[in-house]
Amino acid sequence: MENNFKLMQGNEACVEGALYAGMRFYSGYPITPSTELMEKSAIRLPLKGGKFIQMEDEIGGIAAAIGASLTGLKSMTGTSGPGFSLKQENIGYAAITEVPLVVVNIQRGGPSTGLPTSPAQGDVMQAMWGTHGDHPVIALSPSSVREMFELTVRAFNLAEKFRTPVILLADEIVGHMREKIVMPKAGDLEVVNRKEPAPNNENYLPYAVDEDSYVPEIASFGNGYRFHVTGLMHDETGFPSNSTENAEKLIKRLMAKISENKEEIIDFEEYMTEDADIIILGYGGTARSVKSSVKALRKQGIKAGMFRPKTIWPFPEERVKELSKQAKAILVAELNLGQYVLEVERVIKNNCKLGFVGKANGEVLMPDEITAKAKEVL
Amino acid sequence: MMAQNEIRLTGSGGQGLILAGIILAEAALLQGDNAVQSQSYGPEARGGASKSEVIISEEDIDFPKVNKADILLSLTQIAYDKYKKTTKESATVIVDSSIKIDETLKVGKVIRIPIIDTASNKIGKSIVSNIVALGAIQEETGIVKRGFLEKAVLNRVPAKFKDLNRKALSEGFNLIKE
Amino acid sequence: MASALTEKYIRSDKFPHMWCPGCGHGIIMRSIIDAIDRLGLEKDKVCVVSGIGCSSRAPGYMDFNTLHTTHGRALPFATGIKLANPDLHVIVVSGDGDSSAIGGNHLIHAARRNIDITTIVFNNNIYGMTGGQYSPTTPTNYFGTTAPYGNIDRTFDIAQLAGAAGATYAARSTVFHVPQLTNYIENALRKKGFSLVEAISTCPTSFGRRNKKGDAVDMIKWLKDSAVTTTKAAKMSEEEMDGKFTIGEFKDTEAPEYVEEYDKLIERLKGEDNE
Repeated sequence: MENNFKLMQGNEACVEGALYAGMRFYSGYPITPSTELMEKSAIRLPLKGGKFIQMEDEIGGIAAAIGASLTGLKSMTGTSGPGFSLKQENIGYAAITEVPLVVVNIQRGGPSTGLPTSPAQGDVMQAMWGTHGDHPVIALSPSSVREMFELTVRAFNLAEKFRTPVILLADEIVGHMREKIVMPKAGDLEVVNRKEPAPNNENYLPYAVDEDSYVPEIASFGNGYRFHVTGLMHDETGFPSNSTENAEKLIKRLMAKISENKEEIIDFEEYMTEDADIIILGYGGTARSVKSSVKALRKQGIKAGMFRPKTIWPFPEERVKELSKQAKAILVAELNLGQYVLEVERVIKNNCKLGFVGKANGEVLMPDEITAKAKEVL
Repeated sequence: MMAQNEIRLTGSGGQGLILAGIILAEAALLQGDNAVQSQSYGPEARGGASKSEVIISEEDIDFPKVNKADILLSLTQIAYDKYKKTTKESATVIVDSSIKIDETLKVGKVIRIPIIDTASNKIGKSIVSNIVALGAIQEETGIVKRGFLEKAVLNRVPAKFKDLNRKALSEGFNLIKE
Repeated sequence: MASALTEKYIRSDKFPHMWCPGCGHGIIMRSIIDAIDRLGLEKDKVCVVSGIGCSSRAPGYMDFNTLHTTHGRALPFATGIKLANPDLHVIVVSGDGDSSAIGGNHLIHAARRNIDITTIVFNNNIYGMTGGQYSPTTPTNYFGTTAPYGNIDRTFDIAQLAGAAGATYAARSTVFHVPQLTNYIENALRKKGFSLVEAISTCPTSFGRRNKKGDAVDMIKWLKDSAVTTTKAAKMSEEEMDGKFTIGEFKDTEAPEYVEEYDKLIERLKGEDNE
């Protein structure tokens, strides 16, 4: 019997997912616990005629990826906390220039050098606010090796469709563990490619959008259209413009690009939430502990359920609000001292009780700890 | 056999425990089970105590880390001292014969066998201690079937060392049988 | 009436440009398009990438594929572009601060790789766009807004730095020595490998005013009087060279080019993919 399953490491699955989605350019800088992303890309890319380069620093890593994406290749860069901090300026650059890009952050203990080999989820708010200025954000959070594959494919699809940097916010737990994965075959998963403009349009404007779309059709460099791309506020021609009217128009469109497409972008998993008295919210590697805890609570006769965001940003506001109206309590579990819980708090207001269980000492959250807290909250 | 088996392999960095964990996990997959393998490293991995963990289950595995182990392997005293209290009361503890056991601890069974000595002197290569240990674990606990374990070992070692590793596995079985 | 070069290569609808009267940058920009024209490079295949600063506004006025990036980062962006499409002629336009301060690390590594990118450094010895702070090429004892008592820093020799780091072509000229500058840029574009031309420019507004260099004409005269060819400089004493600088082609060698080497790797590996 042909069984296309493998024992694969999360980071490796991420690269395989990227390749499946059509990635043909990777640039980056070594940093634990993300280095396997680079190493696997270095091996696999040239075999597919793709390009890999280890750049001289983290910033070079993201800059080269943006350059390659502008030139038509699906590109990825990976890192962890310290590198994620360094990359922020250019994440904003990709956002305003509307260049498709996937940035992988395998979160580790911070701040600063922190705990290089220990898991954490302390970059959640940074993923949203790390780069200066108002800007659109999409961030996905995988909970298994399989999702390291699938959500990477999704990250590329969203990046291509919405012409925006997408952050794959993983953690050391999921990045380094090895699990069974059945490798999807070609055609099993949807792969989306960016729209490019038809050739020979004399009136081509790289940053113009159709009325019902928010996404411009930007040609790749060298394909016959010559235009300007800049990180300055710009108009439809791509050239700089500092007029108030233009700045207003551009920033609103950039934000609407994501906010008006929230329904399509937001994704989550629910486990036993229908009749739950307490709903435990967890994402990434922590969700594994949460699920285990929910099962244990149910065995003890407590109606627990799990809500697991797969898109961290945009925040699944509507669904969380709904859940807060039907449950008695929501408990947020994350590997930090309270970041995502702030969003939950903002959204549920006083609809139900809100609890928090977190850690930032390098250890994972044990199911027992979550179970104990859940009982306390109820 | 229990629904879920939690295995903790401990020793010092460089003893091939991560590879051993991967092999065990792959053997489990070959026999149709689910498995999750993880490890911890850091300063402790350099000569200190390092561990590699595998969870094997017929069901889906939620929490991917081993809390209280069903099977504990320790190849060094430092590792044993660090992890001896992290097992279930029913656990099987397999240690190298160089290790002094803590008699006060309540565990299911303790087995002291000359794993490192067998690898270094009988086989002639201390580097295969991890494979010898795997053989012993399999023979004692049966968590994975022999055939799958062997296949997993051979998948993960360089071609020119296949015979060496077969022998190591075999010696591991023998350590328990005798 | 515009010249033929301007007609063909300049985005005149974006004029008036933002450079000050007396700024030398327009001269360098013209030399670049002149060199491109001499080589007959296809406009659609030329990509000009800049960082941030007065220098980096140049690509906005040039009718090619143009990319205005973040401060100091033109070279890594350009690296990604060149790797993604080796058929493109990739030119980086940078300033003294952009290329040797914040961008210094990228400069030495791009040179080390010998990747086929032509870098033109518009060196006006100051951070002009932000109002006149000193840069790694502001001469010692000169003034800048952040060196109000005189600069105590020593300076970089950017062309030599690039050469030492591995560039296979490194040259320096000035906005006075236009024919030479254009020739050097042409040679740099021709070179298959990392080439750098440092073009000494004039900034009367920030550098000139603060350092009592007179007006634009005085500053260009100064370039004429202070530039010394390397052969001549070799015969001069340290005293005689004080206040002067060398111009010329400091390096012109051959070495394996990065993108070509990577393509060779891809060829070598063909047939080994097991998918």
